[in-house]
Amino acid sequence: MDLAVIWFLLIAVLWTGYLVLEGFDFGVGMLLPVLGRKDKDRRVLINTIGPVWDGNEVWLLTAGGATFAAFPEWYATMFSGFYIPLLLILVALIVRVVAFEWRGKIDDDGWRAWADRAIVFGSVVPAILWGVAFGNLVRGVHLDADHQYVGTFFDLLNPYALLGGATTFLIFLTHGAIFLALKTDGDVRHRARALATRLSVVTLLVAGGWAVWTQIAYSTTWTWLATGVAAVALLGTVRATRVGREGIAFTWSAVAIVAAVVLIFGSMFPDVMPALDPANSLTVDNASSTDYTLTVMTWVAVILTPVVLLYQGWTYWVFRKRITAEQIPEHTGLTFLRR
Amino acid sequence: MEALELARWQFGITTVYHFIFVPLTIGLAPLVAIMQTAWYRTGNERWLRLTKFFGKLMLINFAIGVATGIVQEFQFGMNWSEYSRFVGDVFGAPLAMEALAAFFVESTFLGLWIFGWDKLPKKIHLACIWAVAIATNLSAYFILAANSWMQHPVGAIFNLETGRAEMVDIVAVLTNPTLLAAFPHTIAAAFLTSGTFVAGIGAWWMVRASRRGDLDLARDVYRPAVRLGLVTMLVAGIAVAGTGDWQAKIMFQQQPMKMAAAEGLCATEDGASFSILAVGDLANDCSGVTHLIEIPGLTSFLASGDFTATVEGVDDLQARYEELYGSDVDYVPNLAVTYWSFRLMIGLGLGSALLAAASLWLTRGRRVTDKRWFGVLGIIAIPMPFLASAFGWIFTEMGRQPWVVHPNPDPTGVDGVWLLTMRGVSTSVGAGSVIGSMVTFTALYGVLAVVWFRLMKRYASEGVADTETDPSPEARRTGPDDTDPTDDGAPDRPLSFAY
Ligand code: HDD
Ligand code: HEM
Ligand code: HEM
Repeated sequence: MDLAVIWFLLIAVLWTGYLVLEGFDFGVGMLLPVLGRKDKDRRVLINTIGPVWDGNEVWLLTAGGATFAAFPEWYATMFSGFYIPLLLILVALIVRVVAFEWRGKIDDDGWRAWADRAIVFGSVVPAILWGVAFGNLVRGVHLDADHQYVGTFFDLLNPYALLGGATTFLIFLTHGAIFLALKTDGDVRHRARALATRLSVVTLLVAGGWAVWTQIAYSTTWTWLATGVAAVALLGTVRATRVGREGIAFTWSAVAIVAAVVLIFGSMFPDVMPALDPANSLTVDNASSTDYTLTVMTWVAVILTPVVLLYQGWTYWVFRKRITAEQIPEHTGLTFLRR
Repeated sequence: MEALELARWQFGITTVYHFIFVPLTIGLAPLVAIMQTAWYRTGNERWLRLTKFFGKLMLINFAIGVATGIVQEFQFGMNWSEYSRFVGDVFGAPLAMEALAAFFVESTFLGLWIFGWDKLPKKIHLACIWAVAIATNLSAYFILAANSWMQHPVGAIFNLETGRAEMVDIVAVLTNPTLLAAFPHTIAAAFLTSGTFVAGIGAWWMVRASRRGDLDLARDVYRPAVRLGLVTMLVAGIAVAGTGDWQAKIMFQQQPMKMAAAEGLCATEDGASFSILAVGDLANDCSGVTHLIEIPGLTSFLASGDFTATVEGVDDLQARYEELYGSDVDYVPNLAVTYWSFRLMIGLGLGSALLAAASLWLTRGRRVTDKRWFGVLGIIAIPMPFLASAFGWIFTEMGRQPWVVHPNPDPTGVDGVWLLTMRGVSTSVGAGSVIGSMVTFTALYGVLAVVWFRLMKRYASEGVADTETDPSPEARRTGPDDTDPTDDGAPDRPLSFAY
């Protein structure tokens, strides 16, 4: 197979890793005010992802770096073209990172309230905007003959892309609720389960609608397979949450995300960034690096990615136990003023 | 201002900001690992108390290093898209390797370290902090490989057809002579920074504890920290000077204009002197620069190891560059900035190292001091190496202008791989967007800096805990039958390390 095609697949794999993993911690962040009514409960939520959220985020950094290395034109056009959405995502990710790490450092209700706002904002904004961005990638954007983005910010807010944003928002919300049902016990678990049961139905409708729209308007025949898997997975999520099979529900929602990524990348291929005027599209061929660079990067990725999966998997194993409010100790942080 | 100027300001602000926190993380992670190793080896509780104390400071700092790093990964595409198109084939590779080889290890094992104190066997838990320490240093290697390639492109060719640089030799890129000098220099600077941090806070506390009459605390807990910090500072100070000298020699060959600009040297000279103080006009014209205090021959020596060697001046270099690269460009970087940032880097950094030598003498034997000035000096010393590092980067980057990819002047080097900064900026991004993002980042970073500072100050002024109990699973083992240290069978035990 052509190296550029392999890298197209590898980048899809990196995005899959990112969206499946960070997807649930976006969900947990968004559910903070919903499921965490008391501070202890909110701390239960945060501690379910405490050891892993940073490792999850690195999947995005790797996807970014890999795009730069393998498809410089794509990297250049996409990030300069999607300037404002990307700016918003970056601001969101910044405040989210520091809020996670700094929240518990100061024992003060006002301080924690600010951290919670930052976590919610930092989770909601990217959860929606990644969907909008991918929607636009699938649909095609205004590129000129030099592959420069010539549209405006508002062109990005078309109905199809906005539905994409709603889809990722809902999928991550459900995925996060199921993750919480799986990782907590007691009160939080029960509420998370109930919520997941209801959310999965809404997600089925919205995400299903988006998948069918994608399939019919922008995709090719073989991606019907992905659409089919997505539909089965979304239905499976609904059913598994209903009967309280948390592990199976989580697997299904993860499969739904994988299927969505396959559908997205399958629809774009062989373009990496379709233009509204197809002659100007960035394709796997005209956006890629040289064979030499791709070969080097293939070796690096083939050797390192399995290692990463191994130790990240091990982390999940080490922290496999459920967390309850009873286990959360009293605050260990200091106050800004000495007591 | 145009999008170009704004984009440069934005890159400068966000990168210098990222690099305030980075040197502390790079150096403090290994120092904390050393403290924890000392605890593991000796079982002495004081090292556990120090590990926890400096570990918390490291985590507060790490968060903001990560947060500001995310911006770095994407802003080449946002503001410098033409640059990204030109260099992506080469430059993207070390960037992607950094994420795959270093960031994953860093983030995953830091999570294990924070939350794993009571879950992982002692030895494995210790290995986690070492993994973090090694990975932060490895990340520096890869990002500096990328940066060094911009200073001195190697292992690439220029493709006339696509108008882009193409990589032909990854080994050359990863063993760039510029990189081999810049990496140890930057790491040494990072160790100087964190050594000063540990020694400064330790010194302040040592004095305070002595004055309160708690000599045991001063002698048994803080003094070892101070000594560890001071030795780190001294070794790093020597290393930073040695590697800096090495860099200067490389720079003289690769970027003679930077050297000439750093001296404000107009005409070519034999045995050029090094000036410590100069006044000049603001029009960026070297003939307006007057040197007030000079050390004869030192610049020649820095550049080539010979006090009488010839150093080319700015005017002659401009003429030579015009011939080589086209006559409509001003190849002289901002003279005032290069001159002063070079001196501030050296002065601020080496000042810290001298301070370390004096303090090592003061705390020799088992001496502790209760002199208040010593504690205050410790605190004042902390920002110096941070500033030195920032000035080091400002010198390196501003001295490279007007190039974003500086041509490789070596006759056997690569041909045609160079790019002027003004050609690298995104053409599809308007000044309005750049202003918007610059204001956003600057405001956000300003707020975060205030919070970071208050958190660091608050945690530093709390001092080490009075006691720490061994949290490891081994220490909890109830009897000889209880063999699996990770499974304590009691899911309701409080999490000892919760957010
Ligand atoms: C000499 C060292 C050095 C230099 C020059 C840079 N960084 Fe950095 N960076 C680090 C050393 C470092 C670090 C010490 O490894 C950090 C600080 C905190 C951390 O998590 O890792 C880091 C964090 C960090 C992160 C977050 C990683 C995470 O989530 O764990 C990213 C994406 C970048 N950096 C990217 C960059 C880019 C694109 C740079 C170039 C413009 C850059 N850094 C300059
Ligand atoms: C972390 C340490 C670094 C600092 C503090 C730093 C500092 C700076 C500064 C102050 C500028 C502005 C120069 C000017 O406007 O004249 C600049 C420009 C630039 N630097 Fe760096 N830099 C760092 C690392 C890097 C690295 C590692 C890279 C590459 C990966 C890089 C790539 C660039 C680019 C692309 C520009 C824009 C072109 C320009 O305006 O000069 N820098 N940097
Ligand atoms: C005798 C002392 C020193 C000398 C001769 C020296 C020399 C140099 C030179 C020549 C460069 C530029 C390399 C280039 O542009 O190609 C540089 C960069 C730099 N210096 Fe120094 N330096 C000294 C001390 C320090 C100290 C004390 C610090 C910080 C604590 C420091 C931090 C840096 C940093 C962060 C850079 C930019 C990164 C790099 O290019 O490696 N330096 N130094």
